Amino acid sequence: MIRYVGRRLLQGAFVLWAAYTVSFLILYLLPGDAVSIMASGDEQNAVDPALVAKLRSEYGLDRPLHEQYVIALFKALQLDFGVSIKNGVAATQAVGEVLPETIKLAAAGFALAVLLGSALAIAASFSRNRWVRQLVAALPPLGIAVPTFWIGLLLLQFFSFRLRLFPALGNDGAQSLVLPALTLAIPTSAVIAQLLTRSLHQTLGEPYIEQIRAKGASDALIHFGHALRNAAIPTLTMLGILVGNLLAGAVVSETVFSRTGIGRLTVTAVNSRDIPVVQTLVVLAAAIFVITSLVVDLIYPLVDPRINTAARATA
Amino acid sequence: MSQQLLRDSPGPAADAAGAPDPGREKAGDPAAGAVQTSAPAAVGLEPAAHPAVARLARTARALLKSPGLVLAVLVIAVVILWAVIPGAFTHWPPDTGVPSARLKPPSAEHWFGTDSLGRDLFSRVVHGSATSLAATAVAVAVGLVAGSLLGLLAGFLRGWVDDAIMRVMDVLLAIPSLLLSLALITVLGFGTVNIAIAVGIASVANFARIMRAESLRVGSAVYVEAARSSGVRWHGILLRHVLPNAAGPVLALSALEFGMAVLSISSLSFLGFGAPPPAAEWGSLVAGGRDYLVAAWWLVTLPGLVIAAVVLATNRISHAFQDPERNRT
Repeated sequence: MIRYVGRRLLQGAFVLWAAYTVSFLILYLLPGDAVSIMASGDEQNAVDPALVAKLRSEYGLDRPLHEQYVIALFKALQLDFGVSIKNGVAATQAVGEVLPETIKLAAAGFALAVLLGSALAIAASFSRNRWVRQLVAALPPLGIAVPTFWIGLLLLQFFSFRLRLFPALGNDGAQSLVLPALTLAIPTSAVIAQLLTRSLHQTLGEPYIEQIRAKGASDALIHFGHALRNAAIPTLTMLGILVGNLLAGAVVSETVFSRTGIGRLTVTAVNSRDIPVVQTLVVLAAAIFVITSLVVDLIYPLVDPRINTAARATA
Repeated sequence: MSQQLLRDSPGPAADAAGAPDPGREKAGDPAAGAVQTSAPAAVGLEPAAHPAVARLARTARALLKSPGLVLAVLVIAVVILWAVIPGAFTHWPPDTGVPSARLKPPSAEHWFGTDSLGRDLFSRVVHGSATSLAATAVAVAVGLVAGSLLGLLAGFLRGWVDDAIMRVMDVLLAIPSLLLSLALITVLGFGTVNIAIAVGIASVANFARIMRAESLRVGSAVYVEAARSSGVRWHGILLRHVLPNAAGPVLALSALEFGMAVLSISSLSFLGFGAPPPAAEWGSLVAGGRDYLVAAWWLVTLPGLVIAAVVLATNRISHAFQDPERNRT
């Protein structure tokens, strides 16, 4: 088991290194480096070419690319992703400061998404009425197709401005978390509902369900006591991607509701073309994906004891 | 008796209330087919009229069974027409407003109402669809071409090329696509073309994976072995066997990615990375309504509804592409 985890950590480290390298290549290889962007950004006061050259050597941008890369990589290993071009704060610090707000939002959004998604899937499976079934089945494709920013704005319009139930913007308290979290939850819950409905349908056709039904188990016992647990596994597999989508959703949700967080930071960083901050965010997203996948792999045996993670690793 | 059958055959259509017109137009044909097959006396006539009528009847019946698909195709057709001949759908200019008619709610005159400058919103949506659709098409084309090439290379050459390409694709998949697009925009700069390219690159990994899987599947099929051993060169195999066989799944993915690209591009243009203000684009139209949420609900609601309808329609069409594939394998 420990060997397995060690191997997975190595794999994770590889993905992170690769993510760093890919983002380095994208962000630094393409024309327009940090300093020239900074210099061109100020249109009022023309920047002295000598100063630009000095800045470039200060940032190490005049060295050959492979040298820049090795230096940057060693710094990155010490969690130094460079300095934000916008305000001179270390990029990791800029991200770290607002990260807790986004974690709160994403956690609330994820909890809501799981709740909504499973409720929909179970309702679709439970209901005997054809119309209810069709209505419930029509919701997930709808949830996937509507733009997140639109959902956010509609919620804002209705619940904040018309009903005045929730504050329209800001980060103050749980009240302000409800609508952004719901915005985040709707597309994710649609994906969960679709995956879970499909696997629940499949699981309910298995012989062992037939067996317990024959023994007289009620629908509720079959669903909650037996089928749901097995049906959850395919959804669990997608968790890494779902959490990544939450991050992407946070970009939109935080912008719509003017919340501080890494989503809003991403937008401002892209707007001011703040390359160090953007790169930190990209590597952070990859890290979250790696960690989620590892956690999911470790959770599998708890959900289904037949899955032996360690044995699978050696296979 | 034929009356009976007539009523029977369009039954499922009546069930799904409000089946769109094209379906109903063709509904006359299955009746002809039904009469022939049910009346033994007519059997002799069959060979003359059969194939075309039967095919029409089958298509019509298949379409009637899925009114959703018909609706989806209609939606896409209308939106494409908006992009090609916007003048046929609205006589209001998209860029010049009437100051006296600002922030008017939807009416018979202004279907989607007017914005803060008195511009007709429906006209702006119609005229904006050219930009939005073109950007989406560019994004899908970039993803399709680059992804397919990489996938083909990986699946065809195997070995270390395969490993190298697919590891990079795995990394791209580990980063949420919107974030990847944003990182690319940081470098490429703003503007509709740049967000289209960024969205396209972010979808490369999906295409590469499907194309690689397909070329591996086809490449190891017995008939390809046979072709290879009888001396067909690699490009012959590629053109004659791999590409035609991979087309189905790749097209299904393209339709799906088209919907996703509409979403991503509208999100990015909503965030303000698209075309600068005077130009209309679906995402930026929604963004433009943000400041008038209280005063003018339609400014955000209606353009968003158009985006949702288009994405829903492309997802439905992609589903139709996938179904026969799934049944075949």
